[in-house]
Amino acid sequence: MIRSFYIAAKDLKAEFRTKQMLNSMFIFSLLVLVVFSISFGDFLGDTEKVEKLAPGVLWIAFTFAGMLGLSRTFVMETENGCLEALMLCPVDRGAIYTGKILSNLVIVFLMEAVTLPFFIILFNYSLGIGTLLLLLLILFLGTFGFIAVGTLLSALTLGTRTRELLLPVLLLPVLLPVLIPSVEATAGVLAGNSIGDLVPEIRLLAVYDLVFFVISHLVFEYVVSD
Amino acid sequence: MASNSRKTGVLAVATAGVMLLAVYMLFFYLPPIKDEAGEVLSGSFRIFFFHMPIAIISYLAFGVVFAASILYLREKSLKWDIYARSAAEVGTLFAFLVLVTGSIWAKDAWGWYWIWDLRLTTSLVLFLVYLAYMMLRKALEEPEKRARLSAVFGILGFMSVPLSFFSIRLWRSAHPLMFGGNTGGSGGGLEGTALQLTLLVNFIAYFLLFLTLFSLKVQNELMGEELDARRYAESEA
Repeated sequence: MIRSFYIAAKDLKAEFRTKQMLNSMFIFSLLVLVVFSISFGDFLGDTEKVEKLAPGVLWIAFTFAGMLGLSRTFVMETENGCLEALMLCPVDRGAIYTGKILSNLVIVFLMEAVTLPFFIILFNYSLGIGTLLLLLLILFLGTFGFIAVGTLLSALTLGTRTRELLLPVLLLPVLLPVLIPSVEATAGVLAGNSIGDLVPEIRLLAVYDLVFFVISHLVFEYVVSD
Repeated sequence: MASNSRKTGVLAVATAGVMLLAVYMLFFYLPPIKDEAGEVLSGSFRIFFFHMPIAIISYLAFGVVFAASILYLREKSLKWDIYARSAAEVGTLFAFLVLVTGSIWAKDAWGWYWIWDLRLTTSLVLFLVYLAYMMLRKALEEPEKRARLSAVFGILGFMSVPLSFFSIRLWRSAHPLMFGGNTGGSGGGLEGTALQLTLLVNFIAYFLLFLTLFSLKVQNELMGEELDARRYAESEA
């Protein structure tokens, strides 16, 4: 476990030197929000419609921006034979996967944390502290599932010719079981439901996160074993 | 090889026979079906008798992909990869037919071909996952790598099968639930031997269809492998 932290720390250190990925992800997600906000401009005053549209928009922004970052996860490792070096490390392959998940989670959470205030402003929400905490819980669960699958598939598409095209094609169908309850739960939170109303979605998200994480952890070895 | 293709021939003939019987039963054996209120349902309900077997057998096909993928990763024998990709192809066809037959019924019963109901969404997801599986196979050329990476995706993608299966039991859905519990909206159980027998015969018919298509596909793939090997040997010589 501690070794996963080393790998995550290495990735984060490399990322924070340039902040290249973080900046482009944040700007992209902001642009998605702005484009949707402009195209829905006519009825942003209509709370009922906003409540139906906004959760989807938020998750579209996060998913697409996250995908930008994910496609880069292992690309930087291919330069200068870093991937081979990483494989030679005296650590379990699963630890490499967990490390990559941790660094990706930190980066995507940062992106989400910066995007969220803009979302609240553009779609004119006023959230209490309890609602906000519940929203953060849903965001955590949804993002974890997204990153768990995305990191594995990012490594998987590394060996293909059409890497950038293939990642979204593979990732989105597998991810829909996570995205559907995430969007539903987000809609529930933003509509002011309490945690009790969201138990089915939260349970489903937790189960999917766990299943995807365990399975990805088990099969990761075969993805990188060249 | 020759005896295998003869077995498949027998299987194909048997499949055709049972399928004819299944179709006959659908049109001439089934009594008019009544709902709980005692009203006769429209004839489009008969689609159910092959819609559901096709759906279950597509799950079965994806189960074969899942199992063969695990076995490939364990044993690294290309045989399992051939099984996995053959089952995936037949399964995707069946998953597509589920969507088509379901839509035809929905147009008659609900007035729409498609609604964004969870059962329908998860069935579509299933179809898309295995389309993606096929895309992945196309993007990889080296046989060993293709087998290994698509096995990983075959294992991961299978997670959408239980979701699709349990979706109407987990959420309130417009899709009728035929068996087990009454949490899923409309639709009662299936009462009466005529109905159950028809369903059973249809089940057998589509199971046999799956077996036939699967073994034809496996034979095709084996011949393809042999051809590749011969080509390789010739280019070496």
